[in-house]
Amino acid sequence: MLNASGTNKLEEKFPDLHPAFDSRQATVEAHRCLNCFDAPCMGACPTHIDVPRFIKKISSGNVTGSARAILEANVLGASCSRVCPVEVLCEGACVMHGRGEKAIEIGRLQRFAMESYYDGGGTIPLRNRAEQRQRIACIGAGPASLACAAELRQQGFGVTIFDRRALPGGLNTYGVAEYKLRPSDSLREVEMVRGLGVSFVEQEIDAAALDAMERDFDAVFLGVGLGEMNRLKVEGATKRVVDALKFIASYKTGSITRAPERVVVVGAGNTAIDAACAAKRLGAETSTIVYRRRQEHMSAFAFEYDHALHEGVGFLWETAPAAVREIDGVVELGCVKVTTGPDGGLRELPDSRFTIECDLVIPAIGQSPLLELVEQVRGVTIDRGHVLIDRATGQTSNPRYFAGGDCVNGGREVVDAVADGKRAALGIAAMLGERTEARIG
Amino acid sequence: MADLTTNFAGIRSPNPFWLASAPPTNCGEQIMRAFDAGWGGAVWKTIGEPIVNVSSRYSSVDWSGQRMMGFNNIELISDRPIEVNLREIVEVKKRYPQHAVIASLMVESKREAWHEIVKRAEGAGADGLELNFGCPHGMSERGMGSAVGQVPEYAQMITEWVKEAAHTPVLVKLTPNITDIRTVARAAKRAGADGLSAINTINSITAIDLDSFEPRPNVDGKSSHGGYCGPAVKPIALNMVQQVNCDTQDGPPLPMSGIGGVGTWQDAVEFMLLGCGTVQVCTAAMHFGYRIVEDMIDGLANWMDEKGFATLDEFRGLSLPRVTEWQHLNLNYKIVAQINEALCIGCELCHIACWDGAHQCIHVDRVSGPVDGHVEMHAKPHTYGAETIAVTRIPKLDPPKPHTGPYKTPLERIPRVDETECVGCNLCSLVCPVDRCITMVERPTGLPPESWAERSRGAECAPPTAALKR
Repeated sequence: MLNASGTNKLEEKFPDLHPAFDSRQATVEAHRCLNCFDAPCMGACPTHIDVPRFIKKISSGNVTGSARAILEANVLGASCSRVCPVEVLCEGACVMHGRGEKAIEIGRLQRFAMESYYDGGGTIPLRNRAEQRQRIACIGAGPASLACAAELRQQGFGVTIFDRRALPGGLNTYGVAEYKLRPSDSLREVEMVRGLGVSFVEQEIDAAALDAMERDFDAVFLGVGLGEMNRLKVEGATKRVVDALKFIASYKTGSITRAPERVVVVGAGNTAIDAACAAKRLGAETSTIVYRRRQEHMSAFAFEYDHALHEGVGFLWETAPAAVREIDGVVELGCVKVTTGPDGGLRELPDSRFTIECDLVIPAIGQSPLLELVEQVRGVTIDRGHVLIDRATGQTSNPRYFAGGDCVNGGREVVDAVADGKRAALGIAAMLGERTEARIG
Repeated sequence: MADLTTNFAGIRSPNPFWLASAPPTNCGEQIMRAFDAGWGGAVWKTIGEPIVNVSSRYSSVDWSGQRMMGFNNIELISDRPIEVNLREIVEVKKRYPQHAVIASLMVESKREAWHEIVKRAEGAGADGLELNFGCPHGMSERGMGSAVGQVPEYAQMITEWVKEAAHTPVLVKLTPNITDIRTVARAAKRAGADGLSAINTINSITAIDLDSFEPRPNVDGKSSHGGYCGPAVKPIALNMVQQVNCDTQDGPPLPMSGIGGVGTWQDAVEFMLLGCGTVQVCTAAMHFGYRIVEDMIDGLANWMDEKGFATLDEFRGLSLPRVTEWQHLNLNYKIVAQINEALCIGCELCHIACWDGAHQCIHVDRVSGPVDGHVEMHAKPHTYGAETIAVTRIPKLDPPKPHTGPYKTPLERIPRVDETECVGCNLCSLVCPVDRCITMVERPTGLPPESWAERSRGAECAPPTAALKR
């Protein structure tokens, strides 16, 4: 469980990256929106939130209607408003750029609408529905499953979500940088989905559990995400190498409250940035990102890189970690300078080996697929580590199984998982509906 | 450098910017500060038997995140004793002999009362008198203000009384709360008034509180209609001013001091192009203070220099001949909308405005293929559903989205005008958020100019006015 006293201190160290709008600021910003027809922001959003519609409602003082318009498209509208890389999504598509002006702050407006609504006791509006006989199991309690479950429940189906962790919400609860989304925000959203009548079960899913599931449920949604983070080759035993997701989950749940003096993060994706920034905020003197390639190759978004620079994170480009070992409580990270050849391959520079001494190494070099689970599912095709689906329906090669989120796309954004989950729910509902019709016919 | 000095119906001031009779001209101390800031004249807050005001007194209409697009008040005339106001006029005129001080007056409808107040105001040194026949709230319930201004005979009678006693120029301030503002302007003219000022405030209820159901401004749970002013009323004021300034019945038009939503030098120029000699300002000064006059003077002078006008008289009334009746407009003049693709930002507001609010001639069809001619049926507008797939693009993994067309905005988002259906209504160019992106260009019809009056001459469908005269 979350450490209450730790959480308070955490809030001091991780204040909101983008402070919330107050009502007056939101109204002024909402009035800037041109209210485009067939708005590009709506097209750019994976869940296709009707952005001009919800913004117009903020400007008219109809915050309730605004939040409900968001929820209609995206049941996790609150967390998405905080974690979405809006610069490359809705705000990136804003026509204001064409006028040489700052994009409408859609993310902050969405957050204003959602938080005002939830703070005022608002819930996800229930659709008029007839209860359906069929039941669906969702494996994994992350954003994909939550979105899938909410949509199915709204259509009257019985839904149970299974997750091996104590708290639902997946990476929203355990894996997002604290200055973007706090566990309490994630869990409030989970409660909204529970309020629709979705059941949550804490359970590790193995082959036997899958058998039972196939017996008890009409369809299964795989929203299992990814598996362990890729490991760095370590010589000997050390507790001073902790992967980025574990590191983030540890500080968010209060099991660590401070970082050691010198931290090195290996990798340059968005998770690496989250970990490196967190280390700084948790008191590290230096937090350095080590990356094999150059800045233009990193998978982190440009605004995340800028943010890391702002937080005081250092970058070592074209540096490949070669070996890690712990000697007398100090970690020695052996590195070599590399360069990217014209074919994109890496070439070691001669005589360029050196050692970085530090107190903690955080590998953030990607997550491996969660193959041990999905491979047990009979008839579900795995392609290069990703669950293969029909994009339009989320259906896997086993017609009773659907999938979405990171296990399908290899690790993208929360909003992508929500879109996948909702699409799969529509696919499941359509399949079950057809089956019912066939039986009646 | 342009010469801004003004001689309005015999009242001289260093520039044409006067403060209207209102809270900014409540006392001598204020007016002296206003003159220090640059105002050329001030019409003193209406002097009469002191009244008792209520609290609150003002309310406003905000628009699009901006404060006070329209402003409303239920304040009455001066609540200060007549002798105090007059004593301060003496003081102001002593210290500011070059500036115009006009005494706004309102007393009960008795000849002696008007004679008395005229003598006292002039005795204090007022450069002119403005008869408040416009106040639309409170005073009108007591038979004064707009109660006078709405009945030409009353307005004429009182103006005649004033003229019997007055030695300084007499201006009559007109109320817009009347069917035809010209009737009272003519009455003033017949009575010998030296000038007019228009418009006073417009009857209004600005807002209702949706929680308490009380109108604003709230006075212990109730309100009363007030006088509306501010930027929102300028178009109404311009129209009324033009009507009066073009009216030659009962003699040539009188000098006009334009009032109604003036907040910038540009507003002032518009009033002057429609024939006004000075302008009067209230709401903008109440919003931002006397300092706004600095840019009004500076902007006007710069504009005049740019246009080559040395004095205000050189451009006063230049737009009056360009206002005519609809029946004299050229039916053979045709313009169409033209979209500058390089400037278009792809908001498609012109498309939906034309589609829903005009003549269905702006299409989003540059990629999907042209839709020309009259459109009888149209499918529902495009929309996105959960089934429309879009993903967060990761620069390293996803190739950049292909860009269509040679412009910065993708071609499929740049609307196109079907000129065969465009009626030249202007709507698209009005809603377009980008300056100069949509322009209206002339398409010569090859036909000689012809107005409706010319075309319908001798036609069976004759104008009803002609039928009445017959």
